[in-house]
Amino acid sequence: MKTGKLDIHNVSIAYGEKKALQGITFEIQDKEILAVIGPANSGKTSLLRTLNRLNENKSGFKISGSIHLDGVDIYKDIAVSSLRKRIGMIFALPNPLPLSIYDNIAYGPRMHGKRKKSDLDQIVEKTLKSAFLWDEVKDRLNLQALKLSGGQQQRLCIARTLAVEPEVILYDEPCSGLDPISTAKVEEAMVELKSVYTQILVTNNTKQAARVSDRTAFFLTGELIEIDVTEKIFTVPNDPRTEGYVSGRFG
Amino acid sequence: MNFLKHRWNDIVEYVMEKVIFLAGIISIAFVVLIFIFLLKEGLSLFKTYSPFSFLFGLSWYPISHPPKFGVVPLFLGSIVVTLGAILIAVPLGVGAAIYIAEVAPRWLREILKGLVEFLAAIPSIVLGFIGLVTLVPIVKEVFGLPTGLTALSGAIMLAFMAMPTIVSIMEDALTAVPESYRAGAVALGATKWQMIWRVLLPAASSGILAAIMLGIGRVIGETMAVMMITGNAARIPTSITQPVRTMTATIAAEMGEAVQGSEHYFALFGIGILLFCITFLINFTASFFIKRKR
Amino acid sequence: MSSRALLTEKIAFFCLLLCTLIIVIPVILITAVIVKNGIAGLSWEFLTQSPRLGMRAGGIFPAIVGTVYLVLGTMLFALPVGILAAVYLTEYAKDNWLTRVIDIAIVNLAGVPSVVYGLFGLGLFVVFLKFGASIIAGSLTLAIMSLPVIITASREALNTVPQSFREVSLALGATRWQTIRHVVLPNSISGIVTGTILALSRAAGETAPILFTVAAFYLPRLPQSLFDQCMALPYHLYVLSTQVPNIKPHIQYGTALVLVLMIMIMNIVAIVIRSHFRKKKLW
Repeated sequence: MKTGKLDIHNVSIAYGEKKALQGITFEIQDKEILAVIGPANSGKTSLLRTLNRLNENKSGFKISGSIHLDGVDIYKDIAVSSLRKRIGMIFALPNPLPLSIYDNIAYGPRMHGKRKKSDLDQIVEKTLKSAFLWDEVKDRLNLQALKLSGGQQQRLCIARTLAVEPEVILYDEPCSGLDPISTAKVEEAMVELKSVYTQILVTNNTKQAARVSDRTAFFLTGELIEIDVTEKIFTVPNDPRTEGYVSGRFG
Repeated sequence: MNFLKHRWNDIVEYVMEKVIFLAGIISIAFVVLIFIFLLKEGLSLFKTYSPFSFLFGLSWYPISHPPKFGVVPLFLGSIVVTLGAILIAVPLGVGAAIYIAEVAPRWLREILKGLVEFLAAIPSIVLGFIGLVTLVPIVKEVFGLPTGLTALSGAIMLAFMAMPTIVSIMEDALTAVPESYRAGAVALGATKWQMIWRVLLPAASSGILAAIMLGIGRVIGETMAVMMITGNAARIPTSITQPVRTMTATIAAEMGEAVQGSEHYFALFGIGILLFCITFLINFTASFFIKRKR
Repeated sequence: MSSRALLTEKIAFFCLLLCTLIIVIPVILITAVIVKNGIAGLSWEFLTQSPRLGMRAGGIFPAIVGTVYLVLGTMLFALPVGILAAVYLTEYAKDNWLTRVIDIAIVNLAGVPSVVYGLFGLGLFVVFLKFGASIIAGSLTLAIMSLPVIITASREALNTVPQSFREVSLALGATRWQTIRHVVLPNSISGIVTGTILALSRAAGETAPILFTVAAFYLPRLPQSLFDQCMALPYHLYVLSTQVPNIKPHIQYGTALVLVLMIMIMNIVAIVIRSHFRKKKLW
């Protein structure tokens, strides 16, 4: 069996009676950027939160099917904290903790047992550079992170996620609250990170999907309609519903 | 090394989860324990004394021969004092809450709220002491009574003590009424008072009921102040200007002398069970009203 | 608007003002009376000496110390259990029947009369566990009385921490306890501390729960161990105002003033902590 970085096999999830995903099967290749698009309530965000098990504390959460990360079942054979260390997540709204810039980035490594100041210094610098934020904040690392602009905060969140050295990064509409310039910077960072990380981008912005992703998956009411090379999805999709969505006729 | 670190995190996680769960269980265990201990001691009375005579007996003579443990006079004592207190406290408290929440200018509002909170913080023993030296002589003088230690003094005192509860819950209820209600009424040309009377009060009615219930709960459980100024006569009250004795005061006053394991001792626990049940019922009703408000 | 409606409004507002004054003026008067008469009784000797001559002279030192011991004892027990129980209920408990039962129990326990807690303390700690009337029995009784208040206040504080803080921490691979320890508690501690101090200040002024569990009528020496009885300010005031004939009022008022001051100081500390953290709060 050919396997990708993440194998999603026949996954259905529900919150109580409400079904969110139905029989989803696809795989995510190593170091690709996969865009997940679809209208509201299509199950995009549910998919992301299922991949790092952030869903499971919700009341009534049920899952069937299986998800494998490098061949390991993430719901059975791995501790949830080590899974989340390997699969990082960027949220829709920038959500720095009420700590300094430095402490925000050092938070993850510290939780995983890194305490040495020199190690942490190095991590902070490296990740801020990767997120294109270093030059803007290098002189004020002790500043409250909440005092940064929205775009800076979101790049800080990316740096913070990189600091725990994940293999996969999930983005949940990461630019929904940002202006075009900040959005461009976040996208620039994503493309730059491609050489190292597998990235999954949930977005409402089809143009953004077209700009940054290698492949695109289209979801509708909890079902995977189509997944293919991005260019093909946006030019000659197989399914008329996909075409309707990407051409802006609904959604 | 890293492996060890992870093991350590797992162990801490496991232990903390158990400790936290234990704390949750302890808190519920105490509810059960409180009830069990009250029951265990209280029900022992009925090995030697009939429950009927306890609940419906008209006299409480714990040290006569044979002793009588009829709880009716004490129950009525509590009721008289509580009713009196509520009759005084509810109109005043509701009025004050409306004034503070809706009428008073902002600067005055903060001062008034501060004073009410201050009243809530004064220990009941201090209020009891002040009542004893100021209120009791006044009641005696004004009503020309042989003693000022009466149900009336107790009711006035308790009304005062219930005030912070009533005012603050009532205030919450008023502020919870959506702004659009007010705007709507005022836009129709109603005066502010008409708006308060016709719109706010009906909208906040559940809150008023909750305030009354919790006020009763506060008053019926009050012990020290009542013991000091109601005169402590365990008789069936016929007038509000007579001395009475409440259930709480009976426990506080007599437990010191009751011999452990005696009928008297068990009877006092019996009163405790009654009080526990009454307040539980009152609070339960109040939380029902509070929920309905939301 | 008719002039009649306006007149009605004037009268109504006047009545409301009257209600407020009937409540508020006595508060001011009571404060004034306690302060004025109490200050006359306050002196260094009053605060640092034991009562003499059947409590008609001397000071209230043992009662002050006793109350401090009881408050500390209450805190030692109620604080950890209360906070952890609140953490359990907000962070761990699933929304099921058990949680709802605990919820109802806590709300209702807060309304159980303090004298009933006294009975419970007598039955469990003094008699059943054979602690006798002692500081430990009194502290535990006060602690159990304070638990519901501490739990409720702590839960409110924990609930003010945005859910997104928790999710971020978890998403970075922190465990649940790490998240609570490093994110949730630091951001709610001010509310928890404030609520706890207020609960303790209430416990400090309670008389009924300590009546049969610890309070000594007259005990001029200081307690030597947890299993000793002690004097306490609220009970001492009760004794002074009902059991000691021909006592000078300034001793009674002095005692009342010291008790009220102690409680006010605790309240002020709570308020200062709250406003200090509110200013620093960014979210």
